[in-house]
Amino acid sequence: MNFLTALVAGALFGAGLWLSGMTDPQVVLGFLDIGGAWNPALAFTMGGALLVTGPAYYLARRRGRIVGGAAPELPPGRGIDARLLGGAALFGVGWGLAGICPGPALILLVSADPAVYVFGGQWRPACCSRV
Amino acid sequence: MNEIDNPLLHALLGGLLIGAGAATLLLFNGKVAGISGITANLLRGTVGPGAWRIAFIVGLLLPAALLGVDAVTFAGGSAWLAVAGLLVGVGTQIGSGCTSGHGVCGLANLSARSLAATATFMGVAMLTVFIVRHGWPQ
Repeated sequence: MNFLTALVAGALFGAGLWLSGMTDPQVVLGFLDIGGAWNPALAFTMGGALLVTGPAYYLARRRGRIVGGAAPELPPGRGIDARLLGGAALFGVGWGLAGICPGPALILLVSADPAVYVFGGQWRPACCSRV
Repeated sequence: MNEIDNPLLHALLGGLLIGAGAATLLLFNGKVAGISGITANLLRGTVGPGAWRIAFIVGLLLPAALLGVDAVTFAGGSAWLAVAGLLVGVGTQIGSGCTSGHGVCGLANLSARSLAATATFMGVAMLTVFIVRHGWPQ
């Protein structure tokens, strides 16, 4: 059950990334390039996702439990600190350079393009070492 | 271009599906669909109670594996992508999340931390693209 719902969740997420066009770095960079021919597609994708996750998170928080009765595992509400903002800024530079964030990077691995393995090859040790 | 082929419609429908996936993982598994965290935990070899992550990632790759992925144009050569990949890996690890965990899930959870992180990485990414494409802001 646990596995099946995670598999279905992943497949929905992956189908969405595939359909949305967000696996194309040029679409993402087109959204991030506010000084050029701006492409609003990413805002449509993020907005569409929030239309669904917003009510789902509201429901899980309000009820304090999920299907089956267990409590949802939500991150502790720690404060905003330099670590959070510094990490987000570093990620922002990398995202801006390549137009690829972790989800699309995984999807692009399927394309077997060597270039994405260069990207992922650097990402892998970076995210595996505890920093 | 007819309406079915409209890229913005695809973007919106894709977003709804992404949201459905994240909502399914929350409501049935109780987990946040943060791709950088799930992947990092998998690569560290976290199994046992964390084995749901394998199922999620297999599911994530399934549509692309079945339907194929169009060839894309990367923003730069190997060195460029290597630097970008390193920054994405280090940054998401230090900042506890990426576009999915902070953006799609954290904002839905009305987390101030995720709002601050999303505003930061999106703002910095926009500035980075601006500098790369148009030069240093005057």
